[in-house]
This record gives sequence, structure tokens and C-alpha cells, in this order.
Amino acid sequence: MTDTAGGASPDDRTGTDGGIGTDGTPGAHDMDVLDCLGLRCPRPVIELAKRMQQVPVGGVLRVLSDDPVAGIDIPAWCWARGQEYLGATEPNTYEVRRVS
Amino acid sequence: MAYAYFDAAAGAPLHPVTEQALLAARADGWADPAKLYSPARRASQLLDAARASVAESLGVRPDEVGFQPSGTQAVHAAIAGARTARTGGPATVVHSAIEHSAVLHAAGTGPVVEVGVDRLGAVDLAAFTAAVRGPDVVLAALISASHEVGTVQPVTAAARACEAAGVPLYVDAAASLGYEPLPAGWSILSASARKWGGPAGIGVLVVRKGTRWEPPWPGATPGVLDAPGGLNLPEIVASAASLRAVLAERQEQAQRLYALVELIRARVAETVPDAVVVGDPVHRLPHLVTFSCLYVDGEALLHELDRAGFVVSSGSSCTSSTLRPSHVLVAMGVLTHGNVRVSLHRDSTEDEVRGFLDVLPGIVAGLRARAGVVGL
Repeated sequence: MTDTAGGASPDDRTGTDGGIGTDGTPGAHDMDVLDCLGLRCPRPVIELAKRMQQVPVGGVLRVLSDDPVAGIDIPAWCWARGQEYLGATEPNTYEVRRVS
Repeated sequence: MAYAYFDAAAGAPLHPVTEQALLAARADGWADPAKLYSPARRASQLLDAARASVAESLGVRPDEVGFQPSGTQAVHAAIAGARTARTGGPATVVHSAIEHSAVLHAAGTGPVVEVGVDRLGAVDLAAFTAAVRGPDVVLAALISASHEVGTVQPVTAAARACEAAGVPLYVDAAASLGYEPLPAGWSILSASARKWGGPAGIGVLVVRKGTRWEPPWPGATPGVLDAPGGLNLPEIVASAASLRAVLAERQEQAQRLYALVELIRARVAETVPDAVVVGDPVHRLPHLVTFSCLYVDGEALLHELDRAGFVVSSGSSCTSSTLRPSHVLVAMGVLTHGNVRVSLHRDSTEDEVRGFLDVLPGIVAGLRARAGVVGL
């Protein structure tokens, strides 16, 4: 684990988008920020689902949430909905890419 | 108001044999079995008979069975006893990420290695095998089947890995005893009478001969597995009698409940949009099913079901006293909100289950309409 994490640069993370889009630095374009600070489950996921309807396919939404469940429910929502969870980039900050 | 009780995993309604045995044993078994006068001898005989009966039910020797004041205390004794038997040096406990919180609390009083699970809630056997080979491991704990999502764990395979590593395997069987046959190969086991329809406040601790385990309480007599202090003899007798009765009807009940849970799994998936039924669909407890409803507040869902006459449990954070979601759902990486656990028992009927399935889609739809999430 340590080796992988140590060897991974931010570029490695963005390199996982195999085939989707042509933006080499996702997050730089099409980045939308959704502030869910202070909201409790299931509200952050509800707000995420609503906002994702406006995100273009390939675009990335950054979700700010301090709900302790967000780190579980946001990736679980992505899995259930077939969207791509890019990870927690900073504390209380989660990124999701619209795949379909 | 009549209601359907679907929370047997927290505690099953008393088996009729429990009530009969309690009445009889209260009349006959009130004296301290350790004394030497006649009523005490009668009590002592009752205790011996209860122990022998539990031993026979579990397929072990009577002197491998102890009684504890609760399932939780049996868990604590199982883990603390393995650490007590370690003479110096760290005493590491390996455990799965989906153990009951009593196991996590007891293990967490010393060094631990936690092993993850897959999305269906089965322990990562390769990681478990590697972990038990680690240094200073005095015990490995694996729940027989998840009390929250029902997934049956690969205990027999884990036991082989433990045997090869020379580490005793401890199985918390509280969720499965009375519903599933006991797995093989373990060294220590605990269970809780209220979960099989026995009285509350009786735990069973089994330690197989030759296991590195010492009683962890002050003033212990080596080899005696009973908790220190006075034993609640009538309740112990009722536990033994009800366990025997429950196991006699286990196969028949398990088949019936498995089919009812199959019905719930299928109908929830069909009739509730965006509901995720979690846990292993096949290798599961017969009586228990858990699902999560996207965009639904778990507390509101529990409340609406209660109003409609259905008592269920939830692993959602908003329903827990700590405001943390179920660590089992977290370990599996599944949705934690809008979570419902249904656990059936011998008195659960098909009518109750169908009644629940009739009201559930409307309740979920109503909550979603109120939250403004329809069409997401």
C-alpha cells in the first residue's frame, strides 16, 4: 500500500480515466463545486444526484461535505449509479465524474 | 395495536419452552448450587443437567461449556481469556471488520489486526490467513454469519488457516445459532440465549479442551468457565431447554424462513425503485435480510414502518445512538442511508411478510416525494 501511494502522483490518479474524455487534467475544466457542508445523510447524496443532472458527461463535480457518512455514501452512490468516484482529494472534499 | 416484530436479530420472542422451563426451574432451582444442603443439591443437579444439555446441543463436552450473565459478557470473556493465557509480550487479536461491536470493543483493549470484507460482506480469507500468521497473535475472531447483513462467513476454511498457524479461532455464533448448523474447527465459541428465543441475560461460552485460554476474572478456578458470582439458574435451565427445542425444529424453520426472506429479497428489488439488497443472496442466514433505499432517511423510514405496524432495525447513522452508521455497511462499502434490517423468527408469518411488502413501496415513495427526490 505504502509503495503504491508513494509512487502515485496526482497525474496517476487522473490517468485512471482510460478512454473517457480528452482532458488530461480533469478538475481543471468542467469542475463544478457543490457545497453540502452542514448537511446530514441522506441530504449530501440527494444534492449530489440533483446537481449531477447538470454536469456534462465527462465532467467532474467536487462535493464538499462534513457528514461522517459522506466518505461511504458518495462512493456507494457512484457504484449504484454507474458514475466514477475519483476519491477524496482533501478532507471533506470528494470528486465524482459523470460517466453516463 | 397489533404489530409484526421483525427484529429477531436483536432478540427473538420467548420460545414457549422457555416460559415453561422458567416456571418449573424457579420453583426448584433457587438455591446456591455450590452449597451442601438438600435444596442446593437439587439446584446443583439442575445446573449439571443444563450444562450437559447445552453441551449435547452444541456437540461438545459438558466441561467445555460455561454460563455468562449475557452474550456480551461471553464475548468479553472469550477474548480476555485468550489474552490472559499469554504470559508476557503483546497479545494481538485478529478479527474481521464485521464483528459485533462487543467483539470490537473487547479486542480493542489491546493490539488488533482488522481484516476487511468484500461487497457481499464475506471476510477476505487470504488476508485473514496472512494475518493469523503474523507475530504475537493469540486469537483470531470470526463471526459465524453477519448479524447485520446475514452473509455466512467461511469459518471452516478460516479454522484450517488458524490451525496451521497454531492460533485458536473464536466464533461469535450469536447471530446464527438456532438458524444455521454450527461450523466446524473453532476453539472458542460464544452465543446469547435471547437470540434463539431463550431468556435475556444468559450467555454461553464454549472453550474446547487444549485451547490456550484462562479465566480472565479475579479469583478464577482454572478450568471453570462460568462467570464469577451467583448464577441465574432458572434462566440457565430455560436457556438449555429452549436451545434443545429450537434446534429440534431448526431445519423446518430455516427452510420456511429462507423462503420468506427470498420473497422479501425479490419483491424489494422489483417493487422499490433504487433499493439495494445487500449481503450474499445465497450463503446467508435464513431469517435475515438488509436493504438500503437510495435518498431515504433511515430514521424516517423506521418511523413510518412502525406506524404501519412493522418493527424493523436499521444500520443508518441517524438511527444509532452514536450517530455513526453501521460499521458492517461501512466495511462493505454499501449505501448506509435508508437502511432496513428485517430479521424473522418462528412466529413470523407469511401474512406479516406480505403485509410488509405491500406497504413498503408506498412508504418509500412517500418519503422520497417529501424529500423532493423523485426522478433523480
